[in-house]
Amino acid sequence: MDKVTVTIDGITLEVPSNYTVLQACREAGIDIPTLCYAEVINEIGSCRLCVVEIDGVRNLPASCIYPVQHGMNIRTNTPRVREARRVNLELILSNHDRNCLTCIRNTKCELQDLAERFGIADIEFQGEDVNYPLDDVSPAIVRNPNKCVLCRRCIAECQEVQNVFAIGAVNRGFDTLVSSPFYVSLNDSPCISCGQCITACPTGALYEKDHIQRVYRALADKRKHVVVQTAPAVRVGLGEEFGMPVGSIVTGKMVAALRRLGFEVVFDTDFAADLTIMEEGSELIERLKYGGKLPMITSCSPGWINFCEKYYPDFMENLSTCKSPHMMLGALIKTYYAEKMGWNPEDVYVVSVMPCTAKKVEIERPENMHDGIQDVDAVLTTRELARMIKEAGIDFVNLPDEEFDQPLGMSTGAAVIFGATGGVMEAALRTVSEIVEGKPLDKIDFEEVRGLEGVREATVTVDGLDLKLAIVNGTGNAKKLLDKIRSGEVEYHFIEIMGCPGGCITGGGQPIHHPNEMAEVRKLRAAAIYQADKNLPLRKSHENPAIKQIYEEYLGHPLGEKSHHLLHTQYTSKPLYRVTR
Amino acid sequence: MEQLYELFGIDRVEEFRAKLEELKKVPGSMISILNEAQEMFGYIPFQVQELISKETGVPLTEIFGIVTFYSRFSIIPAGKYKISLCLGTACYVRGSGQILEKLKENLGINEGETTSDGMFSLEAARCLGACALAPVMMINGEVYGRLTPDEAVKVIQRIKKQDLSQAAAEVE
Ligand code: SF4
Ligand code: SF4
Ligand code: SF4
Ligand code: FES
Ligand code: FES
Repeated sequence: MDKVTVTIDGITLEVPSNYTVLQACREAGIDIPTLCYAEVINEIGSCRLCVVEIDGVRNLPASCIYPVQHGMNIRTNTPRVREARRVNLELILSNHDRNCLTCIRNTKCELQDLAERFGIADIEFQGEDVNYPLDDVSPAIVRNPNKCVLCRRCIAECQEVQNVFAIGAVNRGFDTLVSSPFYVSLNDSPCISCGQCITACPTGALYEKDHIQRVYRALADKRKHVVVQTAPAVRVGLGEEFGMPVGSIVTGKMVAALRRLGFEVVFDTDFAADLTIMEEGSELIERLKYGGKLPMITSCSPGWINFCEKYYPDFMENLSTCKSPHMMLGALIKTYYAEKMGWNPEDVYVVSVMPCTAKKVEIERPENMHDGIQDVDAVLTTRELARMIKEAGIDFVNLPDEEFDQPLGMSTGAAVIFGATGGVMEAALRTVSEIVEGKPLDKIDFEEVRGLEGVREATVTVDGLDLKLAIVNGTGNAKKLLDKIRSGEVEYHFIEIMGCPGGCITGGGQPIHHPNEMAEVRKLRAAAIYQADKNLPLRKSHENPAIKQIYEEYLGHPLGEKSHHLLHTQYTSKPLYRVTR
Repeated sequence: MEQLYELFGIDRVEEFRAKLEELKKVPGSMISILNEAQEMFGYIPFQVQELISKETGVPLTEIFGIVTFYSRFSIIPAGKYKISLCLGTACYVRGSGQILEKLKENLGINEGETTSDGMFSLEAARCLGACALAPVMMINGEVYGRLTPDEAVKVIQRIKKQDLSQAAAEVE
């Protein structure tokens, strides 16, 4: 890359010629304020908080979209720059619903940080009072347009990254709004509840539907046995909410915190991930043997399932019939475990702690009900669990490590890697290879399916058959691959699809970071997941003794009668819009 | 398609589809397509936008964004009586702004909207070419000039009354 020389606040440096002024400034150690800017996906130059002064350029350009030029003289801290930034921020604040105290993002808000940084003391402009209704119809996502600063980062995420197009900018001028077409609720839009818009939003305009209150009610109910389970990805995210570095593995502290919050039993969704491998692995073997529908596609990600049902219903038969792991575990807790304990299933309340917002919708799916009972009663995101721990005043960082309860807390390394993209594939390969070949694997790390690229391909030979595999994360990438399959351009046997970019580690319910940091966050959390795998004595699902036990005691065999009833589900094509008018 | 046929009749829908078929081949023709739809149907409801989205592959979200961005497109049917109030310079300096406010208040709608009984729709127009009569309002092609806010409201009330007695006459 060619280099150019620029001078920034008197410091001369060389930067690549394709840099923006913003990038050059950051290289020079100057942190230009930004609000709307999100690398690659949202470079629209609309908030104008990043303006700088450049010699020979008449107006103050927005540095986030202004390319550097050789010999450019840039000044970032002149009275004119400071004044312009302040005015722009005050204009944004002037019609903002500034009730920070009662806002979900209080103390974790980019707008607040900017106001503090600019030393905003009072807001000169009296904006017109806006009062839009809250959209809280969706079981997963709440939108409060009154907290929206129109940065459009959510739109970029929903359209460019996820290719869902549930929301966009509508109207013009003062009436501009982020909304679904025809102002319908997100619930009636193509929204797949992935929550990626939440993690992209700088303010409290987007957040998950609260399940904390219903969990508190259940915990206070003497008749209820409240059982909690935690997804693989939560243990590598939760620590961040308590100031621990990204990528900290906090499994033991998390279990301890859940006990202190009053959960009677603490189980691990990882157990059910191992179980999923038994069921899904067997399903794959059957499909391969008896000419079933191929490629088989994984079904653990409800965001992806929603996307498939709405946009690619012709692939529904390709979906594994396995419920997602936490739904399987919920079903077993209310049957197998309740029987063991002599509990009435109606008195059992199952809470799942998940990195995911789509799971809040999944638990209500009619397709998943059996005998009128929900497998899971509440889904807390990683962020919600952190809120509960904070409210309770538990000193999380200094908690001792505790162990999950048994038997549904026993798991292997194959289960924990479900949290990262490629993990389900690798876990399945570890088990399917051994079952089909009838001998132990030489090497259990399938490096070829790891990584963070959006679409990855690999071929693995199992018992003489070259299995063609694809691994996809993010529904935008899923679209690319599925279109190629539709047109017959590519063929596979088995595909893993996760709805969120990076997989569950960066699901819509995980601790929030700025979009520009996400690549790094993904790397660190994924590394933690594979470390957690390495730390475990058992690393193949079929070697999990509790899995063997449950098949012996209760389920019989994979894909058997009981499994079919409790662990498998079906899919229904859904319209993109539910609009009557 | 059923719903569309029901709304606008087979002929009109098929005529539009034929035009759409041609227009969608031209890149960047969304605005022309929407112009066509607006003209043909008088507004661009969900079913029409959905059809355009399906045929062109452009997400509905994007189409709706365009439709709501330009004031010449509408997502609700125009009222039986279409009020165009001139906000051109001549009319504006003679107080058409106040008339607009008064009409909005009286009808309970904003510009670009239609009353819930489907009677009146209100839109702001640029110069209607009758500056000598400023401030001017036009209702279904008929021009009313030299208005005050109160007079504008009186015109509306008169139309309401007339419409009622007409309807009554038809019933008899
Ligand atoms: S979005 Fe930020 S600035 Fe606005 S009320 Fe919430 S915390 Fe305060
Ligand atoms: S949850 Fe996902 S699909 Fe729904 S609006 Fe947000 S980004 Fe779009
Ligand atoms: S909802 Fe959030 S991310 Fe979307 S435009 Fe508003 S402030 Fe930005
Ligand atoms: S960050 Fe540059 S214009 Fe918003
Ligand atoms: S300005 Fe109103 S008619 Fe010309």
